[in-house]
Amino acid sequence: MRRRWAWPAAGAAAAAAAALFPLLVARPTWQNAAILMLMTAQLGVAWNVLGGYAGQVSLGHAAFFGTGAYVSTLLSLKLGVSPWLGMLAGGGTASLLALLVGWPCFRLKGHYFAMATIAVGEIVQALVNGWDALGGAVGFTLPLAESGFWGFVWGRSKLPYHYIALSLLLLTLLVNWAVARSRIGYYLRAIKDEPDAARSLGVSLTRYKLYAIAISSFLVATGGTLYAQKELFIDPGSTLSTSLSIKMALVAILGGVGTLGGPVLGAVVLTFIEEASRIVFGGTGRGTDLVVYGLLIVLIAVYQPAGIVGFLRARWPAREAEPRGAGARGEGAT
Amino acid sequence: MTAQLLLQTLLSGVLIGLVYALVAVGLTLIFGVMDIVNFAHGEFLMLGMYASFWGFALWKLDPIFTLPLTALLLFAFGAALYHAVIRRIIDAPMLSQIFTSFGLMILFRGLAQYLWKPDFRSVDHTVVEGKVAFAGLQFGLPQVVAALGAVATTGAVWWFLRRTRLGAALEATAADREAAALMGIDSQKMFALAWGIGAACAGVAGALLSTYYPIFPEVGSSFILIAFVLVALGGFGSVAGAFWAGILVGIVEVLGGFLWDPAYKMVLVLSLYLLVVWLRPQGLMGKA
Repeated sequence: MRRRWAWPAAGAAAAAAAALFPLLVARPTWQNAAILMLMTAQLGVAWNVLGGYAGQVSLGHAAFFGTGAYVSTLLSLKLGVSPWLGMLAGGGTASLLALLVGWPCFRLKGHYFAMATIAVGEIVQALVNGWDALGGAVGFTLPLAESGFWGFVWGRSKLPYHYIALSLLLLTLLVNWAVARSRIGYYLRAIKDEPDAARSLGVSLTRYKLYAIAISSFLVATGGTLYAQKELFIDPGSTLSTSLSIKMALVAILGGVGTLGGPVLGAVVLTFIEEASRIVFGGTGRGTDLVVYGLLIVLIAVYQPAGIVGFLRARWPAREAEPRGAGARGEGAT
Repeated sequence: MTAQLLLQTLLSGVLIGLVYALVAVGLTLIFGVMDIVNFAHGEFLMLGMYASFWGFALWKLDPIFTLPLTALLLFAFGAALYHAVIRRIIDAPMLSQIFTSFGLMILFRGLAQYLWKPDFRSVDHTVVEGKVAFAGLQFGLPQVVAALGAVATTGAVWWFLRRTRLGAALEATAADREAAALMGIDSQKMFALAWGIGAACAGVAGALLSTYYPIFPEVGSSFILIAFVLVALGGFGSVAGAFWAGILVGIVEVLGGFLWDPAYKMVLVLSLYLLVVWLRPQGLMGKA
């Protein structure tokens, strides 16, 4: 019986630690790294709805992230709309784009689907890059003027961003958990594991994949808006690049694909490795940080393909079958 | 005049397309035999370029003359990489395979930066310099030689697969690994061979490009996306498909830059790719 509570308890402890972290640690570098972890975790959890549960490996999710960043930024710059509304508008636009892209792409399977999503991501990036009305290659800078809640801008303090990122992550986890437990979640796993059986039982594969991509892209887009408001600067390279898409998938695989808390754990570990190797080795400008980062990815992918959650489950197997997807809600900031 | 300009543009598209095709031939071969998408493939090209560069910088050797050596070097590198890393992920899920090769890509770029600095390098003097002109059209000699070398190498790979016992064994492994193993074909050897040839193709492309293209640690990123497009467009695993797709994409790229806007040429290429795989998921010449 004890084991059943282990994962939720660890999750609650991690959430509490994440909430307390910026109050205890004052160093701006670390505070910033913590926000980065929370934001990366949120993207990984959102990616997981499509990539993990439905097994559709998208390597073009930056297109949705960028949509969230660009829609809220354009609305606020041109029309003075609050970025909070912009966040919803960005999410809605991203979902529409996702349905438009998903409908033809879901005809493709496995590698073919993954490559097609890379192409979609690159097309969106190239279009924005060449389109002056969308800021072109230069991007947009958001004014620092109106500080406060509705403006979604806080000049000096990092604290509000930390708690917004944490709330967004918890909300995304909640949506992910609800989806995993709902009928959609069961259909998605059936589509992933036994597509032919699912089809023969009358499950419309494309329809449920479209649900998954719409939810996933909406959540990723909200992360895009948060990024734009935190950095107050967006351009195609920082919000639409394929390396960003790959990172979302990377944190999920590192933590454990198709588990609730896996991407969070993955984001913590990956961000830590990335930041640490950058701080320790980055100053040389000789690519040592890349060597360490690349080597670790290879080692983990080769020796621990089930991710951190898979590793933990193998060490401490649950005595009773726990509902799938109710895994660890990993640490947020420590 | 305009017709001539158009012809000139078309042919220059074909020239670069043939080099793209050679990069993709290696990628499609690895995919066809092992079902693994190699994200680090552009780094084989980068290593081929650096091999040519160092041969030139240290010993004044011309990249064209060291080309067979570069091919051998990259073949050994590809086969060694298979034995050291790829062998362990043959049966792993697709995601682990993608990220292994993605990690290798970052690792090799980092190593190149660490060992050889991030600077842009170039080979100053080669036997292929200047221009060639015929029928009022003018092309750079390096580009022409690179295209011819790429065609010759692609042809050699095609001939090897179709006309030699070893090539037939490789194709058999691609078609059905277990059946081939039952016929006494050592699949481990075939996989290493595929990685060796794949890396060598990219290395030769790198050596040919080094006569006119800047050499830097991230140069692979400019070619890998197009190589992916060619592999999917031509049909995963099809050498002939990658070849024709290369010519097609080369033409679309320059025509897009010529008629529309150079900034959007990749948009055209990628849209063409999406359209083709949507209508024909197995690609132009792939098996269903």
